[in-house]
Amino acid sequence: MCHRREARGRCALVIALVALACGCTRRESGEARKGGGSPPQVPAGELRSAESFAQIGDRAERSRALFAEASRVFLHPRCVNCHPDGDTPHQGMDQSVHDPPVVRGPDDKGVVGVQCTSCHQDHNLELARVPGAPQWHLAPRVMAWVGKSPHAICEQMKDPARNGGRALAQIVEHNAHDPLVAWGWNPGHDREPAPGTQEQLGRLIAAWVESGAECPSEGARP
Amino acid sequence: MIKLKVNGAVRELDVDPEMPLLWALRDVLGLTGTKYGCGQAQCGACSVHLDGEVVRSCVTPMRRAAGREVTTIEGLSVDGNHPLQRAWCELAVPQCGFCQAGQIMTAAALLASNPKPSDTDIERSLAGNLCRCGTYLRIRAAVKKAAGIPEE
Repeated sequence: MCHRREARGRCALVIALVALACGCTRRESGEARKGGGSPPQVPAGELRSAESFAQIGDRAERSRALFAEASRVFLHPRCVNCHPDGDTPHQGMDQSVHDPPVVRGPDDKGVVGVQCTSCHQDHNLELARVPGAPQWHLAPRVMAWVGKSPHAICEQMKDPARNGGRALAQIVEHNAHDPLVAWGWNPGHDREPAPGTQEQLGRLIAAWVESGAECPSEGARP
Repeated sequence: MIKLKVNGAVRELDVDPEMPLLWALRDVLGLTGTKYGCGQAQCGACSVHLDGEVVRSCVTPMRRAAGREVTTIEGLSVDGNHPLQRAWCELAVPQCGFCQAGQIMTAAALLASNPKPSDTDIERSLAGNLCRCGTYLRIRAAVKKAAGIPEE
């Protein structure tokens, strides 16, 4: 209620603080606005389409915004849990340590006796609730995402020394079609899937590469 | 019809490809040494070897075992004379015994790939085999005895 002069002043301050807060948490949107306006936000479980970023006129800004949107997938527990920076995978939305207490082993597939595929099959087991997909294994330590910023993940994803020796076209293919990546949207047993769809992620990454594969600034968050 | 080798013998089983290997072993072939514990790959009681690698047979579909070789506790040795089985007896490892077939099968896979494991190696490899009686110290001692590693 802003009927009185001092109350109007307080309202203006509140509005300014809200705007400031939005600016801090949506820095990427701010970067994108410089190039022509970012696409509207979508609910948490969805992704903004690659096409919707076309309205950002500046190519580099568009590229940064595209990767920031894709990073919502990479930083979702369905994906980040198996990109640990330590010896054990995580599990659950609270990203707790994997139980039983398995370790990554020499080739990121566990150790003898408790290899990933000792328990995980090539498909989800709905009755036993054990998640599964082809080639179930941990991402190598150099591909760790736990605790990383979208900027750090972006730089890592472009670096052949830390992306499995992949060219950018192979990165697009991996994100768009890899069957283990696909599990993120088909996690089984009431697990929350990653945002959007794998097809949408593939389009975002393809558009990011086409727009120069620019990385968001260190402080940028989706 | 699914064809596989179980403890050295070729078997052809007319079962659903999605039937858990454990069901086929226990209910179809009568090999009841492998135990049903949790049914969720959480306890390790059902551990067997599939082409030498440890799998939890309660969650392994029969189609995964097709054309491959399964070894259960009954097939670990001809006469119960595997070094692990001898060590298990000499140190009286089991209490209730329910988890022990799984413990031994996992330990056997460990020793096959790492004949002189460290305490850490043993703990890591057996981390998925639970023992509600708490015989872990005797299990570790028996694995070391089987490996010829003197206890301190």
